[in-house]
Amino acid sequence: MHTGNGHQMVQPLYAADREDFREIVRLVRPGARVLDVGCGSGELLQLLRDEKQIDGRGIEIGAEGVSACLAKGLAVIQGDADRDLAEYPPMSFDYAILSQTLQAVRAPKEVLSNLLRLAERAIVSFPNFGHWRVRMSLVTTGRMPDTRSLPIPWYETPNIHLCTLRDFTELCAELNLRIEASSAVSATAPARSINCQSAMENWRSESALFLLSRKSAATPPTHRPGDLFA
Amino acid sequence: MTVLSSPRPDQTEGVLRLNQPLRLDSGQMLREVDIAYCTYGHLNADRSNAVLICHALTGDQYVASTNPTTGRPGWWPVMVGPGRTFDTDRYFIISTNVLGGCMGSTGPSSIDPDTGEPWGLSFPVITIADMARAQAMLISQLGVETLFCVAGGSMGGMQALEWARAYPDRMYACVLLATAPRHSAQNIAFHEVGRQAIMADPDWRGGDYAKLGVRPEKGLAVARMAAHITYLSEPALQRKFGRELQRDGLSWGFDADFQVESYLRHQGAAFVDRFDANSYLYITRALDYFDLAQSAGGRLADALSPAADVRFCVLSFSSDWLYPTSESRVIVRALNAAGARASFVEIESDKGHDAFLLDEPVMRDALNGFLDAAGAARGL
Repeated sequence: MHTGNGHQMVQPLYAADREDFREIVRLVRPGARVLDVGCGSGELLQLLRDEKQIDGRGIEIGAEGVSACLAKGLAVIQGDADRDLAEYPPMSFDYAILSQTLQAVRAPKEVLSNLLRLAERAIVSFPNFGHWRVRMSLVTTGRMPDTRSLPIPWYETPNIHLCTLRDFTELCAELNLRIEASSAVSATAPARSINCQSAMENWRSESALFLLSRKSAATPPTHRPGDLFA
Repeated sequence: MTVLSSPRPDQTEGVLRLNQPLRLDSGQMLREVDIAYCTYGHLNADRSNAVLICHALTGDQYVASTNPTTGRPGWWPVMVGPGRTFDTDRYFIISTNVLGGCMGSTGPSSIDPDTGEPWGLSFPVITIADMARAQAMLISQLGVETLFCVAGGSMGGMQALEWARAYPDRMYACVLLATAPRHSAQNIAFHEVGRQAIMADPDWRGGDYAKLGVRPEKGLAVARMAAHITYLSEPALQRKFGRELQRDGLSWGFDADFQVESYLRHQGAAFVDRFDANSYLYITRALDYFDLAQSAGGRLADALSPAADVRFCVLSFSSDWLYPTSESRVIVRALNAAGARASFVEIESDKGHDAFLLDEPVMRDALNGFLDAAGAARGL
């Protein structure tokens, strides 16, 4: 159980009340083809289906999650981000979503590359290890951070590749990915558009959400940088 | 030849003669082919609610009604019936006895029209694709052009896969349970043990036993006993029987001392009352020859690419070592590569391969969700 239950890591709320989900719903174009990697029990796919009439598919590692998805009529396969992305043909989706899961995969770089191979755009969110609470927790206690967004002790956490906002933007540059939009998100507070290069935001953002595309993508971006409401 | 009877107002059973000769993968033609079938429920006005349920190696058309040979209920009553997953109040369920079978469909125990005698081993070797081709013809003759769903477990799943490859335009959804896209070396090996057991029985008589009025019951029973082990799991056998004895103390001989021996003997003995030895040879051969990717140069995704618009639900069982989860994953990855809409989950169960025949709530919920969503999309 590592890459699959990203959605369950945030406290249980009704899906429609989750601010990070609301932000994803805002970003996704109506009627789009969407792959949600680590889709949990399918709350986000359901929300996208109901509000944006998407053609959705999901990948989830836990059998209970997949069964719950099937019972909701969603098309979901049991699998994980590290092993099951390679088979999808290039550009078979408009969006690939990796919500609060990147930090739990074995090979984040390959997973990111794969997401932007099989989809025109990727929506990726992760807990920011550069957030002030994390830094303070480590500095003051000398222990692995125990915070709202990272509540699980080090020996039980599924998170094996944590990163900061700065780490992530540097990886995007290395992979030649265009950051079309970025925002600070949390489960309970409305999303806030951010300048992801800012050192200040690396302190302030508890979790970050990115809309990414390939710089070499043949199709021009429909979202202007920073414009989350296009 | 059409025999029709209606055990209940919403059920029919009969035998239909295909209105054309059947071309076989081997290159041979079967001039006269009968397919025995049962139907449950009613075809709607749009003819859009028909579901084909395909049976496994030793199954038959009696999916949800009393089998006249055994007098026992059908083989899948937990899943097929009013209000069940395959809801006969909602769907028009069709099940056929496979080509090569022994419950009314043309097979090696049928009469060869050229000789007036049972075919025996002169019956042509058949394949899973031949079975599906015969089903497709039967379904047309029943007045159904497009099926809402083709579903099957084990060999039934292979027929459903073949349907998706060959007739994707005639189906909307596909349910694949505990199945595989090809037979593995181990699968072929177990079948070879069964076939050799039958052929080693002196009463098999080179396959001509029917003409001579005998039956290779011992060989067929041994074949069934060996195969039956592959349908269960080690933990389930251990839990059910352990080292429990039939009587107090050992016999110091070769009677069935252990309960598991007695159980297997019973399985073998019950099987020979309802199954034909030559049918067992032909159907196991069809399974061994099955390799869906073969038609597409070995690339399963290419074989399934015509089915990109079909919705698939693939379920495997964690303790199934006959057609293990890894085989279902091969199917699912090929479906993803083909761009089909696939759902897949491995169901936790210690009941082995036969779990798909049992009342597995997780399987039921998953299939209910899948069929409800597909039905809604289909306007059912």
